[in-house]
Amino acid sequence: MGAYVLKRLGQSLITVSIVVLTVFLLLRLMPKNGYFTREDYVNMDRDARTAYLRNLGVLDDPFTQFGRFLSGLARGDLGRSITVYPRSPVLDVIGEKAPYSLWFGLAALALSMALGLGLGILMARFKDRFPDGAGTVYVTIVRAIPSLIWLFFIQQWVTALLGWPMVFYEDRPVSWVLPTISLALSGIAWYAIWLRRFMVDEENKDYVKFAVSKGLPWKRVMRGHVLRNALVPLVQYFPQQILLTIAGSLLIESIYSIPGMGGLLVSAIRQQDNPLVQALVLLYSVLGVVGVFLGDLLMVLVDPRIKLAESSGKGAAA
Amino acid sequence: MIRTIPEVPAELFRPAAFDEAAAERTGYARYSYWRSTFRTFLKSPVSIFLLALIVVLTTASFVYPLFAHMDLGAVNLDTETWNLSPNRDHVFGTDGLGRDIWALTWYGTRTSLLLGFVIALLDVGIGMIAGALWGYVRKLDRIMTELYNVLNNIPQTVFLVLLAYIMRPGFWTIVTALCSTGWIGIARFVRNKVITIRDAEYNVASRCLGTPLRRMITKNVLPYLVSILIMEAALTIPYSIGSEVFLGFIGLGLPIDTISLGNLVNQGKNNFMLYPYQLTWPTVILAAITVSFYIVGNRFSDASDPRNHV
Repeated sequence: MGAYVLKRLGQSLITVSIVVLTVFLLLRLMPKNGYFTREDYVNMDRDARTAYLRNLGVLDDPFTQFGRFLSGLARGDLGRSITVYPRSPVLDVIGEKAPYSLWFGLAALALSMALGLGLGILMARFKDRFPDGAGTVYVTIVRAIPSLIWLFFIQQWVTALLGWPMVFYEDRPVSWVLPTISLALSGIAWYAIWLRRFMVDEENKDYVKFAVSKGLPWKRVMRGHVLRNALVPLVQYFPQQILLTIAGSLLIESIYSIPGMGGLLVSAIRQQDNPLVQALVLLYSVLGVVGVFLGDLLMVLVDPRIKLAESSGKGAAA
Repeated sequence: MIRTIPEVPAELFRPAAFDEAAAERTGYARYSYWRSTFRTFLKSPVSIFLLALIVVLTTASFVYPLFAHMDLGAVNLDTETWNLSPNRDHVFGTDGLGRDIWALTWYGTRTSLLLGFVIALLDVGIGMIAGALWGYVRKLDRIMTELYNVLNNIPQTVFLVLLAYIMRPGFWTIVTALCSTGWIGIARFVRNKVITIRDAEYNVASRCLGTPLRRMITKNVLPYLVSILIMEAALTIPYSIGSEVFLGFIGLGLPIDTISLGNLVNQGKNNFMLYPYQLTWPTVILAAITVSFYIVGNRFSDASDPRNHV
C-alpha cells in the first residue's frame, strides 16, 4: 500500500507538471499587446511599451520564464496580477474570492447529496412507477436543457414570485438561498441518476435474489446490501467534488453577482493575466489530481474487496 | 415388481423418412441483434415521437433557409419594424434589427445542429479509433491515461482563447476547441468497453471454439460498440449545442453576426426585461432539440442492451 501511494503521488506530480508547463507555454503564444490594459496601451509610447514588457519578463525565452516561475513557486510567491487586478499579488486575489465559492459550493454539495441520494433511492425503490417517472423528468430537464436557460428563468421568476433580491448581498441571507439551490440542482440530478442506476444494477444480482429467497426482509436487503454496494462507485467522486467547490460556478456567480472564483479563470485567460492563469491552473489541477487519488483511497476504505495496486480501470460514472 | 409392456399394435407406427432440411433446422434461433434493438426501441411511442420530432426539426431547419431568401446582413433603418411584439406578419415578433424571430430561429437551428453534428462525428470518429487502440494495445495504456489526465485538467478556455487568436473566432474554432478535449472522454469510454468485451466469458469461449478473428470482431465486439457510439453521438449533440450557448454567454462563442441558437438565446436574455417574447421561441426550439436528442440517446442505449430484449 505504501509503495502504491508513493507511486501514485509521483504520477500525480508528473501530471500536474505537464499540465502547468503546457498551459505556461500556450500562454506564451499569445500576442504581446494583450499584456496591456487599454488605457496603458494608449498612454505609452513605443519605448515605454518595450520597457513595460521587459519589466513583466515576457520578452525572455519561455523556458527562462518557466524557471523563474518555479523558483517563485518554491518561495511561495506566485507573482502579481497584470491586467485583471493590476499589481495585486495573485494569492491575495484568490484568498479574497475563494471563500465565497467555497461556502456556496459546500452548502450546495451538501444539499445535492442529501436530496440527490434521497431521490435516487426513491427512484430505485419505486422503479417504473410515479416517483421514478417524475425523477426522470427532472433529471432530463436539468441535464438536457442548457443550464443558462433554466438558471436565468429561476432567477427571473422565483425572485419576482417571492420578492427576493435578484442579486447576492453579503448582509442579506435571504439572497444566499437561490444561488445555493441553483448550484445544487445539477448535483441533485447527477446523484439521483447514478444512484438509481447502480441500485437497479445491484438489485438484479444473484446474491440479492438469494438474500430475498432465504427470507431476509426487503428493507434490510435494500439498506444493508443494495444501497451500500451501490454507493461504492459514487464514493470515488466525493473528494474531487469537495475540493473543486473552490473553483465556483461561472454562470451562477455571474448571474447573481457573487464575487467568487467562477469567472476568474476565464477573464484571466482572456486578458492574458499570465501569473493569475498559472496560479489558477496549478491550483485546480493539483486539487483535481489529488481529488481523484483520494477518491481511489476512499473507495478502498469503503469496499475492502477492491485492490488498488493491480489495475486502474474502474468506475464508469462521469 | 416387474410390469410387462402390453402388446403394441404395429400398424400405429410408420418409419420416419430422413429429411436433411429438417435436421439442419434444429439449434438455430432466428435472432438478429439489430432487429431486436430496433424493435425494443420502437416499442415506446415516446421514442417514436421524439425521433420524428428530431427528423422534422432537422429537415425544417435545413429546408426553410432554402426558400426564405432572407438577407441576414441587411440593415433595416426603419425603426417601426424593430422589436415588434408578435403580430400577424411576425408570429413571434422581430428582434432589435427588425428581423423576424421565427425565421431567425430556423437559421439559428441550422447552425447549431450543424455544429452538433460535426462535433459528434469528429468526437465519435476520433474517440472510437483512439479508444480501440487504447484498449487493445497494452503499451499505449500508460501514455493515453496520462494524456487523459492532462487534457482533463487543462481548462478548455485556454484552447478557445488561443484558437480564437490563431484562427479568428468562428464555427471551426468552436469545433476544434470542443473536439480537442471531447474525443478523449469517448475514447476512454470505448477503451473500458473494449477491455470488458475482449475478456468477457463469451469471447473467451468463442476463442476456444476457434471462431475466426473476423467473425469475433463483426459478431461479438462491434455490435456492442456501434450501439454505444450511436448513443455517444446522440448525447454529444445536445452537449455541443449547450456548450455553444455557454460560450456565447462568456463572450467566446460564435461571432455576434452569426445566427445560432446560442446567440439568439443570449440576445433574447439581454432584452428579456423589455421584450420577453424574443427569448421564447428560440428557447422552445432549443429545449425541444436538446431534450429529444438526450432522451433518444438514452432510450437507444437501453434498447441496445440485449438484457432488455424480449
